[in-house]
Amino acid sequence: MRCWGGGKVKHTLAVLVENRPGVLSHVAGLFSRRGYNIESLAVGETDDPSVSRITLVVEGDAKIIEQVSKQLNKQVEVIKVNDITEEETVDRQLLLLKVNADIAVRQEIMQIVEIFRCRIVDIGRRSLIVEATGDDAKIQAIIKSLQSFGIMELVRTGRVSIVRGQK
Amino acid sequence: MQLGAEILIESLRKENVRVIFGYPGGAALKIFDALKDAADIRTILVRHEQGAAHAANGYARASGKVGVCMATSGPGATNLVTGIATAYMDSIPIVAITGQVATSMVGTDAFQEVDITGITDPIVKHNYLVQEAGDILRIIKEAFYIAQSGRPGPVLIDIPQDVTAAMAENIDCKKVDLRGYKPNITGHIRQIKQVIELIEKAERPLICAGGGMNSARATEELLYMAENAGIPVTTTMMGRGSISQDHPLALGMLGTYGLAAANMAVQACDLFIALGMRFGDRVTGATAKFAPHAKIVHIDIDAAEIGKNMRVDVPLVGDLKVVLGQLNKRLQSKENLSWRTEIAEIKAKYRAKKMEAEAEEEISVADVIENLNKGLTNDCIVTTDVGQHQIWAAQKIKTNLPGKFISSGGLGTMGYGIPAAVGAQVACPDCNVYVITGDGSFQMGMPELGTALEQGLPLKIVLINNQTLGMVKQLQDHYCQGRYSSTEFSKSPDFHHLALAFGALSLRVAKRQELAAKMEEFVQHRGMAIMEVVVPARENVYPIVLAGSGLDEMVGT
Repeated sequence: MRCWGGGKVKHTLAVLVENRPGVLSHVAGLFSRRGYNIESLAVGETDDPSVSRITLVVEGDAKIIEQVSKQLNKQVEVIKVNDITEEETVDRQLLLLKVNADIAVRQEIMQIVEIFRCRIVDIGRRSLIVEATGDDAKIQAIIKSLQSFGIMELVRTGRVSIVRGQK
Repeated sequence: MQLGAEILIESLRKENVRVIFGYPGGAALKIFDALKDAADIRTILVRHEQGAAHAANGYARASGKVGVCMATSGPGATNLVTGIATAYMDSIPIVAITGQVATSMVGTDAFQEVDITGITDPIVKHNYLVQEAGDILRIIKEAFYIAQSGRPGPVLIDIPQDVTAAMAENIDCKKVDLRGYKPNITGHIRQIKQVIELIEKAERPLICAGGGMNSARATEELLYMAENAGIPVTTTMMGRGSISQDHPLALGMLGTYGLAAANMAVQACDLFIALGMRFGDRVTGATAKFAPHAKIVHIDIDAAEIGKNMRVDVPLVGDLKVVLGQLNKRLQSKENLSWRTEIAEIKAKYRAKKMEAEAEEEISVADVIENLNKGLTNDCIVTTDVGQHQIWAAQKIKTNLPGKFISSGGLGTMGYGIPAAVGAQVACPDCNVYVITGDGSFQMGMPELGTALEQGLPLKIVLINNQTLGMVKQLQDHYCQGRYSSTEFSKSPDFHHLALAFGALSLRVAKRQELAAKMEEFVQHRGMAIMEVVVPARENVYPIVLAGSGLDEMVGT
């Protein structure tokens, strides 16, 4: 096994951890120490309430990501680390977007929302809030389509991923 | 129902703790109060908390057990930090217990509050902030298990004041069950077979024993393997003691300050078998030039070490004692005669050189080590501080058993030698414990002489005084064109009177002709003794591998 080489790749790591205070900062610390920025992070309880799953996306040199994964595995509160970058996965993130929506353009926005199969969850006097779920590409596309109307506020979650079942 | 502090003491007792190195304070009042009644646990009051952590470290290394240190919140806890980092870098099992402000005050910047679990996160194997007195027993049990199993390391337990003062049921917990922590013990059979195949094929195999050999206490297995399969053995600084220096297969320490023969053997070998080592930069020199003709087998209990710093052909994860047993069962006997002849030639070619004396009476540090070696028996323990004296000692001192050479390898912590010796002497009251230190390091570790005095520890301290911070000065010779910045002491305290102030026998040697006799007096003395040896500042440690060079590109062979 030669563990050298590899350029920068976006890695998705699924980390099962004890659902306890301090664990997240521990995990994040291992990346920040190396100067790696966590691009996306999602944490939540699993079917077992004592276990949380952290899904994180981080870009970096393959060799160093492998090293950090091993370091993660060493942590007492880390139960399992899976690098699912190469796996067939279903990925989702949630987007909430408040967009300028005067009467004149409201119809047009609603059409776009329809096309992307997202939803309008709040109607204000001059704005709409759009809710969308999807993978990274879809979320980007929605944002791009609504940009010209003037986005007032935008919030999105980190990505959650799950490996597909065997076909 | 029992007081939290009492549960703590009870839990420590269950882990067979006999000694605690500690320093009290407000947030640790209840704990120390409970210790007052624990006649079977010796509480040793140190002079600085860093000394407590180093003493626990020395105790652990000399005894093979977990060392325990204790401090109060805030500055007490932060003073432990260097000691914890030292133990972390060298994989030494210590448990550090700190007092904390009351849970209701945590996070309010209360007096002597510091987030010590946050601070120590990157330098402990694990840490705990105790929330309930009822958890103490389980946490202590887990902490001791984590500290000494797998790859050993420090564990910190932070206990708020109100938790030590609360009443709780002392709930017994039978077994430690940590689903996220299951060290691999047995080597994978497929890799075992691959390693066997490589050893059988190799014509010039070389074993390198690291600190893991000392923690696994697998000396017998190592010796069997080396002798049975005809493999020479080099060691890292942390691996000192895994094979006798006098063994015909032993090459001594390798690395950027290693012995020339060991380094040349690395560069000549065709199979490099790494046992419990982490390929630190002080071992490898330029990694790309390391062991250029060799396949590399890396055996370690920590999977994260494999491939971290060095290319590896066959990785093997497991406990060294077990894995070497597995290998020895399958290994055929082998001589490797031509390789061993080559090694003998390398050893003969690269004999250590001494500084050329400018005056007849001038003392070289090599003279000091040689003279001290004459007084050493197999059970003697030698601790060192950090600097040139440390390297001279690591290269030449005759300690031949595990846990007898105690030095801060990974972190390189000055001020380690004296407190570590305090710990080692407490662990092994019948052994002679020597400290080899320099005039710089001595002044960092000096406070613990007070501890040694109070505890009646007969430490033997060799203070090699070259009136400079020699190692940094040497680096300035190599990298700063000899511009000495902040490395020369224009004035130093009178070490003779300092020694007397601490109740020690004080000896001072400045002439080579007097060295042997003074050394004899020093070694024979029954109580604490400090021998100051004045040496010239110009002597440097050789050979040295400078930055960017391979191990065979040494300066000063």
